[in-house]
Amino acid sequence: MPGHETTSATAVRPPNRAVRWLRRNIVTIAGLGTLGYLILPNLVVMVFSFNKPNGRFNYQWTRFSTDAWTDPCGVADMCGSLGLSLEIAVWATVGATVLGTMIAFALARYRFRARSGVNTLIFLPMAMPEVVMAASLATLFLNMGIQFGFWTILIAHVMFCLSFVVTAVKARVMSMDPRLEQAAQDLYATPVQTFLRVTLPIAAPGIAAGALLSFALSFDDFIITNFNAGSTVTFPMFVWGSAQRGTPVQINVIGTAMFLVAVLCVFVGRTAGKKRRQRS
Amino acid sequence: MTTTQAPAPPERPAADAPEVRRTPARKRLVPYWLLLPGILWLLVFFAAPLVYQASTSLQTGSLEEGFKVTWHLATYWDALAEYWPQFVRSVAYAAVATVLCLALGYPLAYLIAFKAGRWRNLVMILVIAPFFTSFLIRTLAWKTILADGGPVVGALNSFHVLDVTSALGITEGHRVLATPLAVVCGLTYNFLPFMVLPLYTSLERIDPRLHEAAGDLYARPATTFRRVTFPLSLPGVVAGTLLTFIPAAGDYINAELLGSTDQKMIGNVIQSQFLRVLDYPTAAALSFILMAAILAMVTLYIRKSGTEDLV
Repeated sequence: MPGHETTSATAVRPPNRAVRWLRRNIVTIAGLGTLGYLILPNLVVMVFSFNKPNGRFNYQWTRFSTDAWTDPCGVADMCGSLGLSLEIAVWATVGATVLGTMIAFALARYRFRARSGVNTLIFLPMAMPEVVMAASLATLFLNMGIQFGFWTILIAHVMFCLSFVVTAVKARVMSMDPRLEQAAQDLYATPVQTFLRVTLPIAAPGIAAGALLSFALSFDDFIITNFNAGSTVTFPMFVWGSAQRGTPVQINVIGTAMFLVAVLCVFVGRTAGKKRRQRS
Repeated sequence: MTTTQAPAPPERPAADAPEVRRTPARKRLVPYWLLLPGILWLLVFFAAPLVYQASTSLQTGSLEEGFKVTWHLATYWDALAEYWPQFVRSVAYAAVATVLCLALGYPLAYLIAFKAGRWRNLVMILVIAPFFTSFLIRTLAWKTILADGGPVVGALNSFHVLDVTSALGITEGHRVLATPLAVVCGLTYNFLPFMVLPLYTSLERIDPRLHEAAGDLYARPATTFRRVTFPLSLPGVVAGTLLTFIPAAGDYINAELLGSTDQKMIGNVIQSQFLRVLDYPTAAALSFILMAAILAMVTLYIRKSGTEDLV
């Protein structure tokens, strides 16, 4: 708009530097603000892990103490529930990753008749509110007279993690050059050798991403577990119960530790990935 | 959303498929063997329960005398008549949270895609890491942040913001906890990463030379954004809004931890009908209505937004 500046000639005085700087960096400032909004609760959890609350609830700052950090398992049943959650997450990850990778390969590599039906079946669990899946699966277990507990939780977790693994692995396999496998075959590799030495290594980052996502989703799931756990208590269910009975400081210690471990894992993973890319 | 695959002619193997040669029957069965266990799992533990739940919603009876299918469709009508405020509230809260997520998430995604430079990895980690920390612990942290005597509420009060919001019905009195504002704040916070990641993915694909070209054609930054960047990021916007809206509409954690009985959403009702009242037919009918409503809205939205190649 070339004529713009002359028409509003009365206001043509150039904006001062602060205004110009603000205008140029407004997106960055807003973005950093959002980042702050995302990180704020983690910081609060961290700070309040050093609190010594007066009552049963750790919502108000009283005074500094490292008691919870030196005795992280000092709360009855908490570390047990944590162990159970880890165990379930590991098995759910193994189950969902194996089943999901197989489906992803079938979808990415073969054309068959039921393809669009299978795609719909994979997509639906991700597009359904968790509470609907949770209630319907619990209805099935109830009617079949199946005892709620470890196995029902595991079955449910594999079910809702599966789609995420399929999506992650499929994306990776689809973007892979099929000529690499043809080249391997031309060099007289057997199908098994081709799969193990060419296909699998290329698909590995997708499989790893799917597995990592499954682990996080399973470990953190509350809604589906709440419906299908019976009297079994996983870590999120322990936290939920403590929101009513009283929240021990140790919960914040676990939350902080999880955050730090997660940051470390993601950081190491990304740097390793970048190094490998630079080398090749 | 399953329209992404080009529909291959059913009988003939497609030309670009890896197995071009005529394969023996044993080999042609390979994809089916690969699919079998996983698909069976989904059919038995995802699809069958939904069918089962449909039949449950048509049952009458009680826990003592057992439930029987009596085609009692009135359960649906009664459930809607009694709980329509919670339905409306769920959709409203989820919609507001989705819009807020878009408004907050877009600058962050833009920052990561175009401006973060060598900080990109760190910012990315800070967006993803909360995924791996407990959802519930972080939601409880909002109780501390929004506490009545806390700095946030203090600041809002001293600027008389809460007087305005209370007049609008978003808050009550001089507090934030146990009001709609707190629940929407929690929902926005919890589902923000689901908005940022798809936005980032579609922004990252934009060729920066398009920005330069727009600048060369005398487009001002705002015009470049409106005519170039935003339209190209639409797939991310659609995916992000769906990924935030759907789980937010069914969520009951935020309403339970940050709200009061006046902010109950439909998830809270389903949860208490199923786990406390043990009225399974009503719980089943409610979750069916929720599912149908969401599927209808999503279909309409995708049709309207016109980005069919989404997933």
